[in-house]
Parts: sequence; structure tokens; C-alpha cells
Amino acid sequence: MMKKQITLKINGEEFSGEVEPRTLLVHFIREQVKLTGTHIGCDTSSCGACTILINGKSAKSCTVLAVQADGKEITTVEGLATAEGVHPIQEGFKENHGLHCGFCTAGMMLRAVELLEKNPNPSEEDIRWGISGNLCRCTGYNNIVKAIQYAGAKMRGEETPSTEPVFVE
Amino acid sequence: MIPASFDYSAPTSLEEALKLLNDLGDEAKILAGGHSLIPMMKLRFAEPEHLVDLNNVPGLSEVSIDGSKLTIGAMAREVDVEDSDDVAKVFPIFKDAAKLIADPQVRNFGTLGGNLAHGDAANDQPAVMIALNAEIEITGLEGSRTVGIDEFFFGFYMTAIQDGEILTKISIPVPSGKSGNAYHKLERKVGDYATAGVAVHLELDDSGTCTHAGIGLTNVNPLPLRAERSQSALVGTKVDDAAIESAAQMASEDCNPSTDLRGSEDYKRRVVKSITKKMIKLALERAQS
Amino acid sequence: MIQCKTSKEIGGMGHSVKRKEDDRFVQGKGKYIDDINLPGMLFMDIKRSPYAYAKITNIDKDSAMAVEGVLAVVTGKDLEQYNLHWMPTLMSDTQMVLPVDTVMHQSQEVAAIIATSREAARDGREALQVDYDVMKPVVDPFKALDDDAPLLRPDKEGQKDNQAWHWEVGDREATEKAFSEAEVVVKEKMHIPRIHVASIETCGCVADYDKVENHLTMHMTTQAPHAIRTVIALVAGHVGLTEEKVRVIAHDIGGGFGGKVPVFPGYVVAIAASFLIGKPVKWIEDRSDNLTNGFARDYHIEAEMAGTKDGKIQATRMKVLADHGYTDGAANPSKFPTGMFSIGTGSYDYPTAFMEADAIYTNKPPGGVAYRCSFRVTEAVHAIERITDRYALEVGKDPADVRFQNFIKKDQFPYQSPTGWEYDSGDYHAGLELALKTVEYDKLRAEQAEKRKKGELMGIGLSTFTEIVGAGPSKDFDILGIKMFDSAEIRVHPTGKAIARFGTKSQGQGHETTYAQIIAEELGIPSKDILIEEGDTDTAPYGLGTYASRSTPTAGAAAAIAARKLRDKAKKLAAYLLEVSEDDLEWEPGKWFVKGAPEKAKTIQELVFAAYTNHPQGMEAGFEATHYYDPPNLTFPSGAYICVVDIDPDTFEIKVRRFVAIDDAGHIINPMVAQGQVHGGLTQGLAPAMYEEIIYDEDGNALNGTLMDYLVPTAVESPSWETGHTVTPSPHHPIGAKGIGESPTVGAPPAIANAIVDALKPYGITHMDIPITPAKIFEKLKEMGVLDKDITAEA
Repeated sequence: MMKKQITLKINGEEFSGEVEPRTLLVHFIREQVKLTGTHIGCDTSSCGACTILINGKSAKSCTVLAVQADGKEITTVEGLATAEGVHPIQEGFKENHGLHCGFCTAGMMLRAVELLEKNPNPSEEDIRWGISGNLCRCTGYNNIVKAIQYAGAKMRGEETPSTEPVFVE
Repeated sequence: MIPASFDYSAPTSLEEALKLLNDLGDEAKILAGGHSLIPMMKLRFAEPEHLVDLNNVPGLSEVSIDGSKLTIGAMAREVDVEDSDDVAKVFPIFKDAAKLIADPQVRNFGTLGGNLAHGDAANDQPAVMIALNAEIEITGLEGSRTVGIDEFFFGFYMTAIQDGEILTKISIPVPSGKSGNAYHKLERKVGDYATAGVAVHLELDDSGTCTHAGIGLTNVNPLPLRAERSQSALVGTKVDDAAIESAAQMASEDCNPSTDLRGSEDYKRRVVKSITKKMIKLALERAQS
Repeated sequence: MIQCKTSKEIGGMGHSVKRKEDDRFVQGKGKYIDDINLPGMLFMDIKRSPYAYAKITNIDKDSAMAVEGVLAVVTGKDLEQYNLHWMPTLMSDTQMVLPVDTVMHQSQEVAAIIATSREAARDGREALQVDYDVMKPVVDPFKALDDDAPLLRPDKEGQKDNQAWHWEVGDREATEKAFSEAEVVVKEKMHIPRIHVASIETCGCVADYDKVENHLTMHMTTQAPHAIRTVIALVAGHVGLTEEKVRVIAHDIGGGFGGKVPVFPGYVVAIAASFLIGKPVKWIEDRSDNLTNGFARDYHIEAEMAGTKDGKIQATRMKVLADHGYTDGAANPSKFPTGMFSIGTGSYDYPTAFMEADAIYTNKPPGGVAYRCSFRVTEAVHAIERITDRYALEVGKDPADVRFQNFIKKDQFPYQSPTGWEYDSGDYHAGLELALKTVEYDKLRAEQAEKRKKGELMGIGLSTFTEIVGAGPSKDFDILGIKMFDSAEIRVHPTGKAIARFGTKSQGQGHETTYAQIIAEELGIPSKDILIEEGDTDTAPYGLGTYASRSTPTAGAAAAIAARKLRDKAKKLAAYLLEVSEDDLEWEPGKWFVKGAPEKAKTIQELVFAAYTNHPQGMEAGFEATHYYDPPNLTFPSGAYICVVDIDPDTFEIKVRRFVAIDDAGHIINPMVAQGQVHGGLTQGLAPAMYEEIIYDEDGNALNGTLMDYLVPTAVESPSWETGHTVTPSPHHPIGAKGIGESPTVGAPPAIANAIVDALKPYGITHMDIPITPAKIFEKLKEMGVLDKDITAEA
């Protein structure tokens, strides 16, 4: 099959490459661009580990062909931090213990970035539905919700909530 | 998992796309949002030789509503309709349905046209379109034709779209008087296909009498199903409890669910009845407010 | 409140220190198995059987070799030449690496395709033609011992039927007597379904054999790298891969939960392929491959309880049929074929119990591995907690009252259980009291009574469980003969910063942070100054790995004791430098000082520096210590969980309204991390209670081998967990800790099942098998003929 030439921006940097039409965007990012922070966890678009942003919209990069991303702007986990430091969502996940093994984390954070973009002050229910396309097997989700609330507060310029664990007593 | 090899074209006009489809014949498959097709290709349940990607064809993504008609371009994303407050004023059913379709990432890319053209009775939009009496515009090299939603679905993964044609637009009449609509499905977990789903659209006159009812059912029949007897049971009534009860009962009798991992035939009939009741009540409440 | 002995700067035990590993994880710099890419690396994919039981009549290698990029097809017959076609399981059964002539379950590995790219390997897998003679499989374990059932394992000498083994514990006769004399006897049959850990990262490896050096580096997803290295040497030593020639490296692991303990055939074939071709070979499972292999659970249990009519438990009896698939692929300690199932006498004080189990071969994938659970504890706890509720129902008492009445009391510890365990410590009353207070139990019961009058379904379920973790004391615990100790090695550098290495391997538990806190607690070196390493067999001390909540009880203890050895050395150095007797010195975290003269002190950093620069004559230089910890007993964490559910009376949709979990894991190292473990474990308890089960049809086909139908809960299904703790230290553990990772997965399912059964009590339901789904409730009520029963009448 004819290979196709594609050019796209990933985290602000331009990449060109030749791909088979069947090459999935996630494989292009991981294997040709060698950004391995985006992960693969299933074959059926169920787990969300491969979530990235395409022109600002969260997408499951295992369900997009690399050829479809020609000319698009992509953000992966490697593009979240800036020279000033980590993104509020990254800070939120670390400070609130929003991850254990870290495998789902990149997808979870990129999904959360779009969620907060569209809904800067989401309720717990908004967050839970908003990340329903991302599976986490480790955290039980409590602290992921907390992490996203923390990032939301930070991005709104408000005081961030306490990150101390709360126990019933 | 990786799809089998295929060729790929990304036409930049509708005409070019139609020509390609005509030249390629049944080797070609249309790529819209890709969120049904690509997973099937990865599992190698589908092995098309050529994909014709419609994503670069302009003019297919419009969502607009005026006093008479809601128009949805075939390539409009689920999220475009979900997020439209103008649409939600008349058709809150789209927010109901969208929330239950897969997940936010999938809705960012999945298209309404693709959801219908896939011809899968497990998808949610077919029942919604049945309830809303949608008309489907199908375009070929010879021009466009319009098919009523009741003539659109033919069989498992089969629709009125012929080889060489493209679903281009969905039109839904905007009711002039009081109306309300609602959708719900029972799912084993969020993002699942429906165990059973029900879409209801009601129109009322000033006295509160039902002048029109549309009821579509999801995943309880080989084809997306219109619950005709249930509709008739509501029209001409004040949509009182007795009418609701009998409409719901009829829906549960008229569907043809099969036993599978989501539940037995009997269970699904019970779910259809329960949700039909709840959705008629919600649609009524919305029509009255 | 958790009291800390160290300052926040030192960050010892009890501080919610933020995790060190997270900087790399949140920035996409984790290094998981599929991120390993070596020069010249080839890709392997595995052709799997579509049938549950079949003879292979032909494998047409040419059909795959015709695909561009395919370099080799490896079959069982190829491996047979090197005697590598069978391998031992961790339970001393045997498992095919690749079949020579017979496939024993659907999705069994049939042949490996080696290619120059991932795509070509996949295309080769699709193209490979295999012919089979299909046979009628044994799917139902209850029919496996029928006379007409085929003998599934003729390869095993002396094997005459499909029974793998029989096991029993307790006093059969005394139990029979107790049951025959009891006022009340209750019994339920329950199935704990076959489930899968479904860690978001699947299994995989890169086998890298260097022909010149005759050396294998095995990068792989393993929770037990040292044990794996030994197994590789045992299996492949005869072809030259002796243990010093094998290096196993477990990098970051994307979730394990027990599913990354076994040696899967894919690993072995990748090694064989790299060995034969002389290039690195990568194998990454896809999700369907993953979900249809390496299951957990699948116990059919008959649970019985005998007691008085006023609620005193007198005896329990449990009979298990264990469906192991075609081989016993469990990962239990060798002497415990049912793992720790004998903990199933529970948290209650009574003298008599008997348990037995029969393991059965069927045409299903091998497994019996864990699912975030210490060796079959989940099965045992489900049985005892369900049957206790059943008994409470029978005697007409509140399930909380029956539990209080029967709990082992705080002053009865150490407690000898009727199946032979010595429970180390516990305060079960305190845990349940806190849980009841938190949910406002009496109010909930009143609300429930009101709701029942209106025909609404609400249920409250309890689970007060005892876990058994920390395997284990070497006199009883081994895997393939290797004793189940674990290890820590601490090296403190001249400038007072340290590296510590362990025989365990974190898969998300946060060892890089929590082990450093244990060392900080003991030595006073700030935890941020201590680097933790695990997973590389060339550098880490030998240990049995991370599973069964054993890391804190074993390696955590080793860390504390190794650190104490160094603290003792520091004391000698301080005495020398301060020119006082050791007896005159007193310790506070971070320094030795002279009693009564705290200004005369040496910090740990000064003392470490002296160990390299100014140590007394006769003292060994340097500041390093190693300890291999052999626990004197297991640890017995406990918990009191309460679940509240609402059920739609039309569709039977179940909503978990509240879930309160009070755990007692002894001393807590990092409250934030411990709580995170509880949250995650609870969702993995919710999963089998309401969603997950691998379902087979009568031909042995798995019906739900993708994440579309194997229902891993999302953030929407998972409720907002409420957690707390009581602290009853383990008296025998150096830091009084017990282990926490699995308690919630063990304790949650019966709490949820009990709540649902409680909600359905007006219908006369006394038991439902998990996962309890709306559709199953419907079928049960229909079967009982009570679907349209007016339940308000009884309320």
C-alpha cells in the first residue's frame, strides 16, 4: 500500500513522516516521534490511556489514523509543562495522589485539560462523567476527582484546596 | 492491534468524494468519525481495501436551527449537537442521548451521520431520529434525494445508502406548538451500548392534548424500532397515567429483544416498559414547562 | 490521628509525603515495557486457538512466512527439540509453552510469529493457517469428574481423572458433631466468579539474548523479578542460560494486582526466539490476549454455619470446587494449594471448623492467580461474611449485633483460629463501632423501614473481615522451594545521602516514597535524600517480589532492621567521636546525643561522613547494611465496611449510595498512600461485586474478551469512598505495620453483596452470586415467582 507523507505539529514542534494509511496515530507518536508518554491499554477505544489533544479536543489516539492528523496540532503529556513549570493538572495529580502506577495518567490529564477548558468549575458529577472514557485500575478515582478540582481552582486563580487526605474519625 | 492494510484518500470536495466512491465501488468504505469503523478494523472484523475520508470535505458539519427545521450536517460531531444550547431549547433529547453515547473523547469525533449510516440498532441516535421524524439527505453523483427515517434502516448494518452515495444531511421538523422530548437508556456501565433505550417526542395543543407522539427504541429489535402502537395510544389523550401505562406496555410487547450478555428477552421488555414510562413523563413535563 | 515521631523535614512514618515517582509519571517519563526499544529489535505476535479443546493437525508455516517482514514461525514442535515445550507452573504443575499436538483452551498460544515490525507480526498471525480436529471440551467443573468426561491431562503420570488435588483443614468429626447438635444451621452455595485483573498495561517483554556473551537480559512486566530469573535458569539452564547469565529487569509497571506474577508462555517463547535468532524480541499482549488468559478466583463454595438460636456462632464448614482450567497456574506458596483460604473462619470466636477443596481440570485458561488479593483470601472472606449475614437473618438479629456478639475480643489476641492460624492483633469492636457511627447506622435502618413501606428498595450491608498477609515465615512458606523472605540493602554515601534496594517491585504502590520513609524513620536521614531502587536482579538483593500485600510486612521490615543495624553503627561512631561510652548516648531521629547534654551531639550525616573519613581503628569502613527478613508470623489486617445501596424497583438498577471503609493495618507509613490503596482496592472490590466476570459458553468460548464487555468500572460507577482507620499495631512486626493494599478488595464484595441481598429481603431472597447485576436480580425474582409481589405488605 502507498505510504503517505504527513506533517503535523506535536507540542508546538513540527514533524514530518511517511506512514502507511493503517498506522494509528498513537503508534506514530510513540514509535516515529518517540514520545512514549502516551500509552495503549486496549483495542476497543475503551480505556482512554492513549488520550491526546487534537486541535485542543481530547481524542483517543488509538482510534485515529496518523494520516488523519496531517496538518493538525497535537498535544501530548510531554507538551503540558512549560518553561515556567508543570501544568496545574500535573501539579494537581501529584499533590493529590491522583495516580499510582502512572499508566492511565497521561490520558486522564489530557482529558481533564479539555474538560476544564470547557467547564472551568466542574462539579464532582461533571468530573466523573467527564472522565468516564478513561479507566484507572489503581486509584478508585477519588483522588483523580480531587486532582482535577485542584487544577481547576489553580487555573481559575483561586486558592487551591487542601491536599491532606481526609479520614472519617 | 493493527488494521489490515488499505489505501486512503482524503477528498476535499463532495464531488471528488462521490467520484472516488463510484470509481472504487464496493472496495471503498467511508471514514467519518471512525469511532465505529476503526475499532472494527483493528479487530479485523472489517477489512476495507480503501478508505475515503470525509473529514476534509467542507460544508458537511453545519448545525443550525430556525423556526421550522433543525439541520444537522452528516459530519457534525456528537459534541457539536450536545453542546448547542439553541438545539437544546427545542430538543433537549440530544443532550440526554449524547451524555450516554460512549464517552467524551468518542463524542468529540463520532459524527451523527456515521452513527446513522452504520445501521446499527444498538446505536442511540437512530431511536432519537425515529422519535423526531428525521429526514435523511443522501447524495450521489446524480444529485440528492431525501429519505424518511422509517425508510432508512434496512437490515443489520444496512441502510438506504447505496454504493457510491453519501449521507449528507439530517433534517428534523421544529414543532410550532408545545413540545417536549427525552431519551434514556439502561446501560451496564457508562459508555456501554443500551440494554434497552427509549426516545420520546410529544407535541401538545393548548388544551394539553397530545397531537403527535414519536417513540423510538434502541437495541431491542434487529432494526431501530418505531413503537407505533404506543404512539397511537398517546395521541388524542391528555397523556394521563392510564395512557402512559398502556403506551409503555405496548412498547414492551412490540419490541423484539434477544437474550444476550445484557439480559434476557423478558428483562429487556421490562426495561423498555419502565423507561418508556419515565421518558413519556419527562417529555410531557418538558412540553408543559 | 496518626502521630509522627519525625519532623516533616525528615518525613518518616505517618507523614503524607508526596510521591517521588510522580514527577516522571505526570510528565510522561515513566518507562514501561512497551517503551523499551532496542537496536535491531524484532516483534513477536502469538497465534491463538479459536477452540477450547482440539488436536492440531497441521500448522502451515509458509502461509505466515509469505507475509513480507515475517522472519520465523515458532511452534511447539520447534521447542520440543530443545525440551522447552513444557514448563513448570509456580504450583509445580506443568503448562505448555506451545502445544505440540493438543490445545487445551480457547486463546491458548499455538505458534509465535517473529517479524521485523509490529504490523508484519500481526499480519503473520492473521495469515497463519492452522488446522484442527475439534473435540468436545470440559467446561462445567461439576461435570469434569463424570465417567464420560475425557481425561484432560494424560501427560501427567498416574492421572486417572480430572481432579488436580484435594485439600482439607480443620476437624471434620468435631465439625460434623457441632452441626448435628446445633439449634440453627444455615447453608448457601456461592460462586466467586472467574475475573481478570485487567491492569491498564497488559503483559509484555523484550528478550535480549547476546550470543557473544551468552547472556540474556529480560526486560519484562513482572512483580517478582528474582523468582522469574530463577525459573528461567531452571527451565533453560540446560541450553546454557544459567542463573548468572540471566538478568531480569522490571521497569515501571502499569498495574500488576497479581496478574504479573506468573510466567506466561509468551515470555518463554520470546526468550527462545531471541536465543535462536540472536536479536532482541519484543512481545506485547493485546487486550484480548490479556483478558482471556491468567484469570483469578473461580471457586464454587458451599458455606455452612451452625449456631445457637440467640446468635452465637458455634461452627463453620466450607466445601470448595476450584476450577483451575487445564493446569494449576496459581501463584500460591507451595504448601498452600488453596492459598490462605483457611482464614475463612473469619473475625469470630468459635472453636470448630472444617474446610475442604477439590481442584478440577477443565478446558479453560490456567490461572488462579490473584486479583489484588492475598492468595484466595477474597473467596474465604466472601463466604464467611455472606454466611454470617445469612445466619443473622435466620436467627432474626441485626447483622451488626451478631458480629459484635461473636467478634474475637481485643484481649484474646494472639488468637488461635480453628484452622491453625495465630491472629497477631486486632480490635474488631472499635472498627465496627467507628463504621456504624460514621454511617449513622440506626438512622439508616429507620429510613430503610420507612422506604419498605412505600415499596422502595434500600439495603445496608456489612463486612467485618480479617485478612492474612505478609507471606511468610520460611518454615511454611516457599515458592518452588524458595523461602518467602524479602530483603533490603541500604548504602549511605559519605555525604549522608542514600540508595536502598529491595527484592520487591512496586507496580504503583509507591515504594520509592514509602520505603524511604521507613528508613527516614529509623535513621533520621530525610526521606527525600534516599533513593529507592527495585526490579533489577543484577543490583537488587534477592527477594520474592510484590504481591499478596507482602512488601510492607517483609521488605518494609527488612528496611527497618537494616536501618537499625546502621543506627547501631552510628552509635559506635558517635561514642568514638564524642569520646563517651555508648551507654551514655541517646537517640532522637537524626542524631545521637549525650544524655543530659543535648548540645553534645552528632548528626547522622556527620556520623556517616566519619564512617568513610574518620572511623575508629578496627571498625569496618563504610555505611552499608543488608537484611533478609524472615517474618515470625503473618500479619492480620482487618476492616469494618458498610455499604448502602438503592435499587430501582422497576429495572433493578443498583446505586451504591454510600460506602464507608474502616481499615486496621497497624501503623501507617504514609496516610496519603495508604488511603490511595484503600480507594483503589475498593473499586476493585466493587468490580467483581457488580460488574466483572469472564463468561464462557458451553463450547468453552469466552464471551467477553474485550473491555467493551468485560466491565471495568469507570469514575461514574465508582462511588465517592469514605475511609478511616483504627490502629492496632502488629506486635511481631518491627514497625508494627500489617499491609493494606488488598484489604479493600477483599472486604468490599461481601459488604456490597450483603447490602443488595438486604435490599431484596422483602422478596425472600437470602443469597445472590456476584457479580450482582440488574438483569440477574430480575431473573432471580422471576425464578422465585415473586416479580410482582407486593412488598409493602410485609413492611
